[in-house]
Amino acid sequence: MKKPVLLPSAPAVVPAGPAPAATTRPAPGPGALPGRLLGRLQRQAVPAVLALLVLVSSVLFPSFGTLDNARGITVQTSFLAIVALGMTLVILTGGIDLSVGSVFALGGVLAAWASQWGVVPALLLPLAVCGTIGAINGLLVARAGMAPFIVTLATLLAARGLLLAVTHEGATTYLVPRGSAFAELGQGTVWGFGHPVLIALALFGLGGVLLQRTPFGQSVFAIGGSSDAATLMGLSVARTRVLVYLLSGLLAGLAGALNAARLSSGVTIVGVGMELDAIAAVVIGGTLLTGGAGTVGGTLWGVLLLAVIQNLINQIGSLNSSYQSVVSGGFLIVVVLAQRYLFRSRPTP
Amino acid sequence: MTQPALAGRPAALRLPDAARLQKYGVYLAVAVLLLFNALFTEHFLTVDNLRTQLVQVAPVVIVALGMALVIGTEGVDLSVGSTMALAGALLPLYLGYGLLPALLIALLAGVAVGLVNGTLVSVVGLQPIVATLALFVGGRGLALVVADGQLKQIANPDLLALGADSLLGVPWTVLIAAALALLVAGLVHRTTFGRRLVAIGGNRTAAALAGLPVRRVLTGVYVLCGVFAALAGVLATARLTASDPSALGTLMELSAITAVVVGGTPLTGGSVRVLGTVTGALLMQLLRATLVKHDLPDSTAQIAQAAIILAAVYAARERRSR
Repeated sequence: MKKPVLLPSAPAVVPAGPAPAATTRPAPGPGALPGRLLGRLQRQAVPAVLALLVLVSSVLFPSFGTLDNARGITVQTSFLAIVALGMTLVILTGGIDLSVGSVFALGGVLAAWASQWGVVPALLLPLAVCGTIGAINGLLVARAGMAPFIVTLATLLAARGLLLAVTHEGATTYLVPRGSAFAELGQGTVWGFGHPVLIALALFGLGGVLLQRTPFGQSVFAIGGSSDAATLMGLSVARTRVLVYLLSGLLAGLAGALNAARLSSGVTIVGVGMELDAIAAVVIGGTLLTGGAGTVGGTLWGVLLLAVIQNLINQIGSLNSSYQSVVSGGFLIVVVLAQRYLFRSRPTP
Repeated sequence: MTQPALAGRPAALRLPDAARLQKYGVYLAVAVLLLFNALFTEHFLTVDNLRTQLVQVAPVVIVALGMALVIGTEGVDLSVGSTMALAGALLPLYLGYGLLPALLIALLAGVAVGLVNGTLVSVVGLQPIVATLALFVGGRGLALVVADGQLKQIANPDLLALGADSLLGVPWTVLIAAALALLVAGLVHRTTFGRRLVAIGGNRTAAALAGLPVRRVLTGVYVLCGVFAALAGVLATARLTASDPSALGTLMELSAITAVVVGGTPLTGGSVRVLGTVTGALLMQLLRATLVKHDLPDSTAQIAQAAIILAAVYAARERRSR
């Protein structure tokens, strides 16, 4: 590992997290606030919107503000959150991982299949296979120099294919044995909050430390900022790239396994379009798709915001479920527009 | 120094990679697949089968042509599948007024989607993947809302004829796709709009400094892509004789992007390969047909498809770097 001191990259040095996310790009146009303040504002925008939304809807819908509902939302969201954590790392390096939805589904099926031999195989098998897929993504991107979009598009197809092969073209559904320790991993609770929620929170904590406090994290930011400069600085660009895709694959596989544990079965049709949800959460969380600036904390807020919107639409019982995606899409526009205009964070060449 | 090293373009290192995508590999691959099928697949080189293959690939080609224009500007349009669904869902509502008004309204939906995408990208300055993600999510919802979540049978004989009839043995869908390919090739290579599009994809800042109407051209490109997707939605609906808002066009964005990229258009913009795009779509179709005709299960087909994409892109990369 290289010495972190060598790196003049702000996001990793400022203790308060990558506050100057917005300053990492030349802010065009008039009225740009001083960098640090602007960064702080941007970090608080999504939590503020979320708080407002929760407050208003708790008043409007009595069933929304209950602890039970909070427990329900968080456990449903934790799987997407874990996937989005990996996606954040990949996007921070300026890449993208379209394969996570398929890998998520594959991880679930493998976990359910392996759970007949106990909890360790049920976790190890999906992690091994999904980690391998992630490593292949990383090697093709970093060593072979192929575009992440294409590489991960191909592994999206391949992982689905593998999933179909494992389930005999979708005809077989593997069930997790009743009362096994593996099922407990997905269904157990602490203070009413599901295990997956705690696991997701722990992973986000780890991810934050990894990103902000380690040479690896600094390399991630440096590569996303400018991979030329990172190479010139002597950072191990290729190794870092392989690692982020590997982590993304591992996390997607783990999320799939936890989901299978919760559902007690390996469902083949999950995870379709999940990559786009994860990307949306990352973007709403303030991470730049061009890489180099962002936080895992932001992603967590992004995931929560998406989940709360979805829950709200369910609460409004009279609303046709068709409207769900209309509102989600509309809200996505509103959030990115707000980010764009309130916190000018991207250049307009 | 609080500014991280962002002075260089983040994409600087990746640019050559995508630019290395193959030039002729895709034509070679189609030729090899055709040869293989001619030799080893029964009933492949029949007029009927070839016609079926072309009819199936036509909507993909049409969407991919629009996508190629967008990718040429260093953009991407994820909303094409939803646009197809929306156009398809609108059709049965207005067929009562006749085919032409219904067609116009379906295509106008494509224009509207394109205007939203284009404005978000060019005026607001959002990244294309984010801007079009919103309508990818919302567009299908709109389609479901419009259709009340239901599959609707098409009874209009004119529209059905569009999907089923042919001219001199060539189905209308195929003719339309071919005509659009010629049109797009002309647009890219023979018009000012095309030259500006490519210039903006090559270097948006330079194009803006040179005084090109960047916003107008970008918006135009997304509108074209939206209209093409809507048309593909109409033709697919006509062929299926029903409009299915929940299924029509799903994963179309991935098929279209694959066709464009396998066809040699770099994702980093600055070049549009029209013939390559058409051939790319044909390659993926041929591949699927080959695997199906040899009774390989879906799982194998998908893995093979992934392998082909990677191999094609990788092989081309080596050729270029020599």
